[in-house]
Amino acid sequence: MSNTQSGTAAATATTGGTVAGRSASLAGDAWRELRRKPSFIAGLLLLLLVGSMAAFPSLWTSREANEQCNARMAKTGPESLNPFSGSEHPFGFDVSGCDYWAQMVHGARAPIVIGITVTLVALLLSVLLGSLSGYYGGWLDMLISRITDIAFGLPFILGALVVLTAFPEHDIWAIVLVLSAMMWTTMTRLMRGQVIAAKDQDYVHAAKMLGASDLRVIFRHILPNAIAPVFIYATLNIALAISAASVLDFLGVGLDYPSLSWGVQLADAQAEFLEHPYLMVYPAIFLSLTLLSFLMLGDAVRDAFDPKLR
Amino acid sequence: MWRYTVRRILQMIPVLIGTTFIIYAMVFALPGDPIQALAGSKPLPQSVINALHERYNLDDPLVVQYAKYMANAFQGDFGETFYGQSVTSALESRWPVTLKLALVAWVFELVAGVTLGVWAGLRRGKFTDRVILGGTTLIIAVPTFVVAYSAQLLLGVKWDIFPVAGTQEGWVSYILPGIVLGSFSLAFVARLVRTSIAENLRADYMRTARAKGLPKHRVVVRHLLRNSLIPVVTYLGVDLGSLMSGALVVEAVFNMPGIGQGIFQAVQTKQGTLVVGVTTILVLIYLFANLIVDLLYGVLDPRIRYE
Repeated sequence: MSNTQSGTAAATATTGGTVAGRSASLAGDAWRELRRKPSFIAGLLLLLLVGSMAAFPSLWTSREANEQCNARMAKTGPESLNPFSGSEHPFGFDVSGCDYWAQMVHGARAPIVIGITVTLVALLLSVLLGSLSGYYGGWLDMLISRITDIAFGLPFILGALVVLTAFPEHDIWAIVLVLSAMMWTTMTRLMRGQVIAAKDQDYVHAAKMLGASDLRVIFRHILPNAIAPVFIYATLNIALAISAASVLDFLGVGLDYPSLSWGVQLADAQAEFLEHPYLMVYPAIFLSLTLLSFLMLGDAVRDAFDPKLR
Repeated sequence: MWRYTVRRILQMIPVLIGTTFIIYAMVFALPGDPIQALAGSKPLPQSVINALHERYNLDDPLVVQYAKYMANAFQGDFGETFYGQSVTSALESRWPVTLKLALVAWVFELVAGVTLGVWAGLRRGKFTDRVILGGTTLIIAVPTFVVAYSAQLLLGVKWDIFPVAGTQEGWVSYILPGIVLGSFSLAFVARLVRTSIAENLRADYMRTARAKGLPKHRVVVRHLLRNSLIPVVTYLGVDLGSLMSGALVVEAVFNMPGIGQGIFQAVQTKQGTLVVGVTTILVLIYLFANLIVDLLYGVLDPRIRYE
């Protein structure tokens, strides 16, 4: 049985046989629905915008990060609130007198890299652990489930705070490591539940009877049918990881100078908030729009994949 | 039911030991010598160092240190900070602050979240639903500390509706921080309720209830809500615990002397015993909240039976 066939079988089964006509796989249906969703398109466009800032900052500004700064201009707000007024410094200057727009563009990379890497690591871990414990059960399941419980029981901010204080260097990878260690649990539980539900299906028994190995059963038959909810959660997880990283920056245990990120800029702006609110407003808008785009994508994908709500 | 409860409590033990040990190991692996930090730059006499090491079991292997600490903790003695104050009394004045804050946040997310969720769920696909859905997405997207600072600036400083910071004005000073703290979970509760309502609206028992000619409010309240709110109970129950550990940011912005602030200072000044003590209590709260939620499940949904 090939991938698409089992996918079709699952789609037909869950929607009660109402899928008819063209290639009616769950993914195909979902894609057709997604293309027509304005929120999906909007989220995608926003993400492309921010993604290009993270990948190629030189497209958006000619200045390098933390360069051409003039301490005398520090905390000078923008001349006009209209960012398209043609002013050379549309966002004004930051606390050290660097052009705020350039700093904003360079601040995109860290949160995006952190969000995506943390989610990829967590996804990999959870697919591995979740399918092992769901498929084999027994003592392995017991062991993995208890470890998951322990990691899940750690208070999130407190745990990250303690671990990061112990870290000598606060670069992107330290943050990625700590956040991944805290964020794999929900997806692992989700994956385990999905695998347990899928492993008793007829097509799994059929594959086993045909002599398929455990590995083949897991990767070719169970995973394609079990992974959708985990993927959907993963898109939400990117937003949660970016948000968590910004909280760590805010608490002063996040990225260190000279790393730039919107979270660090927000943290720097705290003390100046009453006199110079623009220092907080701009990074807050960038950060929120990025989170918003991931959330909108996640929502759209979830709605498209959830036949119950269609 | 009784056997189920006992089994669940037994299952909590490894989780409690695991989480507290991880935190204990991490805290005491922090670089820097807290004993030396106590004396500033002056060198301490060796005899004093030895005495302090003896007192806080610093020469034992980590596991032994941890075991000794936990043995005392379960007799209600969470140890002393390196300044000689007992952890329990160092936190005494802080618990009520965080507890009140978490409670206000919790009530807010419960009332507002369920109301918005039901409203959106009943009008799925219509304008109200879109507005609520978009609004909750926005709330999730804006980081809590930005919401906190903006609320403080606008509602506290500019319009002077709420106290700006501190806890001097009793319950009133908890309203704004509580709403800010609860807003993130509010968005999740509203979405959870909305989905659950929208799914259950199509259930057979709903058609039966309507076909019987029951008045609309009775159909919604007795039949729809009772079935839709079960998943929300899980979320809300567990959230009370995470609100308490998540209060850190809001306490920092609104300058409230709660547990979060205490922990933050404790981590920075390497007050290991304080951090571990608070973690132990927070994990216990979380575990018991989970247990209560699971037991409540059986009460709310008679189809669930515990063996």
